[in-house]
Amino acid sequence: MPSLKDLRNRIASVKATQKITKAMQMVAAAKLRRAQLAAEAARPYAERMDQVLASLANIVGGGQDAPKLLVGNGRDQVHLLVVCTAERGLCGAFNSSIARLARDTANSLLAEGKDVKILCVGKKGHDLLKRQFGEKIIELIDLRSVKTIGFVNADVIGRKILNLFKDGEFDVCTIFFSKFRTVLHQIPTAQQLIPLTVAKDETAPAAPPSLYDYEPSEEQILATLLPRNISIQILRALLENAASEQGARMSAMDSASRNAGEMIKKQTMQYNRSRQAMITKELIEIISGAEAL
Amino acid sequence: MAAFHFELVSPERLVFSGKVASVVVPGIMGEFTALAGQAPFMTTLRPGLITLEEEGNKGKQQFYVLEGFADVGEAGLTILADVALPVSEVDEARFTADLAQAETDITDAPDDDFRLLAIERRDQLAYLKTLLRP
Repeated sequence: MPSLKDLRNRIASVKATQKITKAMQMVAAAKLRRAQLAAEAARPYAERMDQVLASLANIVGGGQDAPKLLVGNGRDQVHLLVVCTAERGLCGAFNSSIARLARDTANSLLAEGKDVKILCVGKKGHDLLKRQFGEKIIELIDLRSVKTIGFVNADVIGRKILNLFKDGEFDVCTIFFSKFRTVLHQIPTAQQLIPLTVAKDETAPAAPPSLYDYEPSEEQILATLLPRNISIQILRALLENAASEQGARMSAMDSASRNAGEMIKKQTMQYNRSRQAMITKELIEIISGAEAL
Repeated sequence: MAAFHFELVSPERLVFSGKVASVVVPGIMGEFTALAGQAPFMTTLRPGLITLEEEGNKGKQQFYVLEGFADVGEAGLTILADVALPVSEVDEARFTADLAQAETDITDAPDDDFRLLAIERRDQLAYLKTLLRP
């Protein structure tokens, strides 16, 4: 049976924790709004890019000299997994669900006898994956010092991936991130970057392509667009991730505050009970002492 | 003058969207002016300035763009650029960073074609710098 003082201390400490979680929730809510705006602002660009790439890819087609980024280098042996996670914890199952998806994919690829290389963006994913895939992780990109994610950050990662591809370090590249649906709902997603998967003929231009003038040629435009598209897709993934992270943290901290509230209630009840029990005990002692006289 | 719809989009935000009378675009094969009724056309961009004239003589606006591409279609002109800033927001540090990036692109170029392109970009940037910061 804990003493009254113990109980008082315990309640005080839970109250302090609750204050922290509440503050974190509010900070996450404010950040979420900004992250959501940024993710939405990036959407028109990515959508236009998809449309243009799809129509160009349909024109150029999968011929012999089609760019490698579009059709792949013909092999399917080494897979690069780009795992984007948060830099900080305390955001529910956000990091672990992305890591789980990546781990499952890696395991099934390994079971098929393929090679796997992992590029971690964000410290938490690295922490979660290094025990099992320590020697497979080729690099950890730390975005801890970055306040707002911009195109520059994504471009750095994109260039790295392109250089690896050029050196023949991998054949297929997939990026893992969490798609932001709602505050309560984030979907861990895997998206193949190289070779590019384009929606075939879905958004085909209504006018016959011959009416379009291209300067320089279609092939050259495609060749300059494809590397840029990698960076854009990474940027989109990072922005979606940032919004998801804040959303996940918000709901995690909300339930933590609620749990703390319940705990405070329970312990206050116990505190009051044992205080009352002590008073009653003392009264009984006094009364029985008086009767004995 | 007839007006058409123009959108300037960078990865981070929609920089400009609205009706314009004309837009001067720095295409890779040279500058061109897009007007209403332009035939469908697509080109990549080189570093330069986009000058647009808003509908009804409301004045001109200038934007600084790095790489990207322009797409003229039935819906109007759309420019997707990696970097798109109003000229007033471009400062010395921006140029220094972009020039440094251009220099590393030259050294990193995988073959001569890319190197030539990168050198052209670098020169274009240097020219822009003298134009905006005399």
